[in-house]
Amino acid sequence: MRARCVAYIGWLAIVVALPFFTQPYYMHLLIQILLWSFVYTAWSIMGRFGFVSLGHGAFMGVGAYVPGLLWSYYGVTPWAGIPLGVLVSVLLALIIGYPCFRFRVIGHYFALVTLALGQVIMLSIIAARDFTGGSLGFTLRAVGNSWLALQFVEKTYWYVIALMLWLAGLAVWCLIDRGIGREALDAIAEDEEAAAAIGIDIMHEKLRVTVISAALTAAGGAIYGQYLMYLNPETVSGIAVSLQIVFATIVGGAYTMLGPTIGAFLTILLTEGLRVAFGTNYIGAPNTIYGAILILVIIFMPRGIVDMMQNVSLRAGTLKGSRCRSGSETVRRA
Amino acid sequence: MDIFLLEAIINGVLLGGVLALLALGLNLIFGVIDVVWIAYADLVMCGMYVVYLLYAALGWPLPLACIVAVVGVAILGVAVHVLIIAPILGSAPINQLLATGGLLFFLQSFATLLFGTDFRNLGLRLPIIEVGDIYISSARLLAFAMALIGAVAIYLFLRRTFIGTAIRAIAQDRDIIGLMGVDERRIYVITSAIGAALAGLSACLLALQYDVHPFIGNTFGPLIFLICVLGGLGDMIGGFIAAFIFSQIIAIGGYYSSTELSYVLAFAFFIVLMFVRPRGILVR
Repeated sequence: MRARCVAYIGWLAIVVALPFFTQPYYMHLLIQILLWSFVYTAWSIMGRFGFVSLGHGAFMGVGAYVPGLLWSYYGVTPWAGIPLGVLVSVLLALIIGYPCFRFRVIGHYFALVTLALGQVIMLSIIAARDFTGGSLGFTLRAVGNSWLALQFVEKTYWYVIALMLWLAGLAVWCLIDRGIGREALDAIAEDEEAAAAIGIDIMHEKLRVTVISAALTAAGGAIYGQYLMYLNPETVSGIAVSLQIVFATIVGGAYTMLGPTIGAFLTILLTEGLRVAFGTNYIGAPNTIYGAILILVIIFMPRGIVDMMQNVSLRAGTLKGSRCRSGSETVRRA
Repeated sequence: MDIFLLEAIINGVLLGGVLALLALGLNLIFGVIDVVWIAYADLVMCGMYVVYLLYAALGWPLPLACIVAVVGVAILGVAVHVLIIAPILGSAPINQLLATGGLLFFLQSFATLLFGTDFRNLGLRLPIIEVGDIYISSARLLAFAMALIGAVAIYLFLRRTFIGTAIRAIAQDRDIIGLMGVDERRIYVITSAIGAALAGLSACLLALQYDVHPFIGNTFGPLIFLICVLGGLGDMIGGFIAAFIFSQIIAIGGYYSSTELSYVLAFAFFIVLMFVRPRGILVR
């Protein structure tokens, strides 16, 4: 146990120290990976129980736009704006979640409804173009380094913020994973009617993870917006972002704690690698290859890379003991 | 009544025809194979590009270009089923959703690679028909008529032919169909081809009215999904009716405010209706 603790602290120290030795470009990549990891983890909090939302772009968009607009137009500090954005996202999650869960809209139905939600939020942002800049996007009013405006020129600040956020996301994941509610959620994922029959309050459990997931996603969107200082409906909401969130999570592994993080790491490195490789030639080529790889991964590694690697090493006999379905357990052993 | 509002309503009905055709195709695939093609609207995009390429760039006659587009998209649909859906029929529903979602990325990016992000149109002006004070685009009228013919043809096919009966039987009871001497896999391939062919037909009809660009699928896709869910996924008649309800909301909403807001309105309406008819408009 002690050896493991030392190892944890050692790794953490390396991760924290990393930015002070890297170039800005790699720092930018690291920050992106951490922020997206946070968002992907937030998605997996509900996704791992089979509540597949294809509309998390909606929560991200609301989370990013509310504080951005409030600051730029009314000078409201993001310290108030971000909680407000999170609150609006939570309300949105309740508005969409309540009827869905009340009338047992599950599986394909739920996925399609949420997909439409993401698109509708994007269209609303575009429709309010006088205010939000529409499809052209919207640049936050810049004031240089300021804690009040949550704007920093140096990337080091953002690195630390992103790191904290990511750790907080993992902590929430663990809390839910260890909590009593998880058994209930597993039961719901397995068979809703049976779960209801043994007295599980399905509505309560489902709404709980949905609200948590939406709130975290909105917070991730807010920090992402603050970091980039530029919001565009296509890049923070809409189908593309919603699907990107689900893909990366599934590719990494939605059922383990670090799966979404690994998904973020791999997909961002892949997209960046392809982008750099193609430069400005062949616009569309990087995403074509990316899409093809996604399809192949989903066909051949349906439970994600983390899970597959564990299976491979299990088969090779390098891990002792039987495979445990608890996420935290498997990650700890991996 | 306001003449422009009347025009909006008529346009709504005309748009509804094409949407109904698309909802029919998606419902057919879902009902039989139990998979939702997230990239369904992007098959339409592919079909529109085929029509554009053959008609506007290569100068083929329009009907021939349309036939090639329908057949081409049908073949694409078979490829989608054989290459993507068939290997993962047994895995979790989310994986099937996502695999076709990956296809959405792939098709949109591939179209960007081939054609760039420019908006392209056929450069074809069909005459405007004047009825009293109302102007009706004959392209839309043609699209509506063709969509209805397509829908009736599919209905007759499902009712009158052996394969059609087998398709309906599979949608009703997947487990028993093998015992009746029907090869499931063959029916799946045929259904994919028909579903995709409907997307191809819609593509021809939409190409007459709209510019084609790689992301046009995003305009129609979510709308078709809402229509199918509202009608009850797999319920073809429900989807048909829902298509006209939605096209009316879009048309009338667009008349009073902007197009984007009319989509928002349609979505709000959809949420309200979910409370009233959660299993589809035709199911109490």
